[in-house]
Amino acid sequence: MLKLVVCIKQVPMVSELPWDPNTRTLKRNLAEGMMNPACGHALEAALQIKKQHGGHIVAITMGPPMAEEVLYEAIAMGADRGVLLTDRSMAGGDTSATSYTLARAIKKECPDFDLVLCGCYTSDSETAQVGPQLAEELDVPGAAYIEHIAVKDGAFRLHRVTDNFLEVLEMDMPGLVTVTTHTYMPRYPSLEGLQSAFARSDIKILNARDLRLDPAKIGVNGSPTKIINVYSPTAAKKNIVMQGTAKKVVDEIFAKFADRISGAIGKDLKTHYHDNKACTK
Amino acid sequence: MNRSIWVFADYRNYFQNRVTLQLLAKANQLAAQIGAEVCAVVLGYKIDEYVAEYIAHGAQKVVVVEHRSLQKYSMEKYAVLMERLARDYQPEIILIGATAFGRELAPRVAKRLGTGLTADCIGLEMTEDGLLRQIAPSFGGNLVAEILTPEHRPQMATVRAGIFQEIPHNNSLHGEVVRIPLPKDLPKDRLRLIAYQRQPQRDQRLEDARVVVCGGRGMGSKKKFKKLFELAQLLAGEVGATRPVVYAGWIDNDALVGQAGRNIRPQILFSFGISGAIQHTAAVTDAEFIIAVNKNPNATMMKMADVAVVADANQLCSALIKELKDRIQT
Ligand SMILES: Cc1cc2nc3c(=O)[nH]c(=O)nc-3n(C[C@H](O)[C@H](O)[C@H](O)COP(=O)(O)OP(=O)(O)OC[C@H]3O[C@@H](n4cnc5c(N)ncnc54)[C@H](O)[C@@H]3O)c2cc1C
Ligand SMILES: Cc1cc2nc3c(=O)[nH]c(=O)nc-3n(C[C@H](O)[C@H](O)[C@H](O)COP(=O)(O)OP(=O)(O)OC[C@H]3O[C@@H](n4cnc5c(N)ncnc54)[C@H](O)[C@@H]3O)c2cc1C
Repeated sequence: MLKLVVCIKQVPMVSELPWDPNTRTLKRNLAEGMMNPACGHALEAALQIKKQHGGHIVAITMGPPMAEEVLYEAIAMGADRGVLLTDRSMAGGDTSATSYTLARAIKKECPDFDLVLCGCYTSDSETAQVGPQLAEELDVPGAAYIEHIAVKDGAFRLHRVTDNFLEVLEMDMPGLVTVTTHTYMPRYPSLEGLQSAFARSDIKILNARDLRLDPAKIGVNGSPTKIINVYSPTAAKKNIVMQGTAKKVVDEIFAKFADRISGAIGKDLKTHYHDNKACTK
Repeated sequence: MNRSIWVFADYRNYFQNRVTLQLLAKANQLAAQIGAEVCAVVLGYKIDEYVAEYIAHGAQKVVVVEHRSLQKYSMEKYAVLMERLARDYQPEIILIGATAFGRELAPRVAKRLGTGLTADCIGLEMTEDGLLRQIAPSFGGNLVAEILTPEHRPQMATVRAGIFQEIPHNNSLHGEVVRIPLPKDLPKDRLRLIAYQRQPQRDQRLEDARVVVCGGRGMGSKKKFKKLFELAQLLAGEVGATRPVVYAGWIDNDALVGQAGRNIRPQILFSFGISGAIQHTAAVTDAEFIIAVNKNPNATMMKMADVAVVADANQLCSALIKELKDRIQT
């Protein structure tokens, strides 16, 4: 029987960009949140491990009170219980603060875990830093971008494809993985599952004091990085419109962007036999 | 001690991945503004070749830890080594390429050093106060954040490949090489590489492709859609598709780009005959530069493009193929 912890973040819906174009700032409150996609894959991986080997799954999220929603969803999918970390003093933490906070909660709630599963990255700030930093905080081995997890002889056998290598890794127990979105397609929670999750689910709510967090390490104040500005790059996009014959448009594209294209494909595109003719004239 | 800017040498895919060289070039620009030296850190075994390369590409100093036990990339050993070296030499800034390895190594090193880290930057500048302004995309490229690490050192960032231009190879450049012996007390690897295999280059994934040619229903037919493969090949890129195209069987399911398929973030996205439904566009907003071709100038895809070409998708595809063949062959 394996003790599994899944870290889940609530993120804005794909269609809802939390950006206020009038004030040109990030909106504070989400109108509607969802489970970060990669976290769904991490949970699915945990559910499959549990099915094969037996186990107990704790889902943990840090966020505003409404983040509790993702815990109901996780329980409806099959997690055994949920832990919500919520406190104003935790808000606005960077990945260093977030991983510290999550680590404290894991040490308190599930100190004898065998495996922590995170998503490989989130769809909002997408740093992919929380997993590796959490492994450091917990002082366990960690491996990112995992596509397959097997349990073998008291260790984990992991598969991943990174930087053009297909790798098979062996990781000691306990350990941490971050799971990609290529495999472990998350199941849909059943209606009954959802109903019973709301009816009698086991969700614990903890604040900074419960976790005895060092105030100097959490939230905005405990974050080494500071966000000084956020803006929408699409507002700055030029959107050049081109029309005319295909030949004319293609000439125009190369006249303006040959450098950019050759940079991306790693081939020189400047020399053209028309130009050569012009030179020898 | 001299102020320095460090670049982690990620040499594993040296010929495909030039991000280390690009970072050396950028580090040179930044260093000039704060009066620092540029230093590459190379960990591995039999790496003299790379040391020489980095000097020829702008490293004024190269710190080398060479040992048989570092022959293969090891996350835990590298993290400990980077931490110790940084404590000894106290660089102002550490830049790491945003390869999969770099994006896993950097947060571990930052955590060990108790400093901040900005992920996957697309821009780096020095502020008037001499701080590193780190510019990073978020929300699928829909927003850009500017981040500082005002108090903690080193300031750390991972940086996407293909943003900066490398300095051309120059054998007359000189650099100091500092060799550090492997510490005796490195931790035992709790994560071990059992087997690995280089993926054939053709198998680059859509997600990793620097150029993606995406086709939609507006391509017209399976036969016409095939032209996109020729275009993609000339551009060393991959072909993606929308859902109607996949459903029609013009291409494998694997190529689906969108909510139900893959997210892409190429340097250039060519989009042919695609209307721009949210389920598709949510997965392409990270593309750095979009050239869209559509008969309808008001299509959403055209509005979000950097270049919106009002034309027949097939004709434009053929004209591009012809032009590229001319330019690549001469
Ligand atoms: C625009 C913007 C840019 C930012 N850029 C940076 C930056 O460059 N560097 C930096 O340090 N911080 C940055 N932050 C702060 C960062 O968003 C927070 O630290 C956040 O709590 C975690 O980062 P992430 O969403 O990128 O997580 P990732 O590291 O991408 O998440 C990976 C996994 O970690 C787990 N996880 C992450 N957050 C939680 C959570 N709250 N609860 C439970 N599990 C979780 C999940 O399993 C998730 O799948 C930025 C924030 C914003 C709004
Ligand atoms: C739950 C759900 C999930 C989905 N997931 C995905 C997904 O992952 N990926 C995805 O792509 N879709 C997805 N869809 C479908 C999506 O909503 C759109 O239907 C789809 O993206 C449209 O594809 P298209 O742009 O190729 O076709 P269309 O919308 O039919 O657009 C064709 C475009 O081609 C142009 N055109 C026509 N003829 C020419 C010509 N000769 N030359 C130039 N332009 C021409 C037209 O002006 C038009 O803009 C999903 C839908 C749902 C409901």
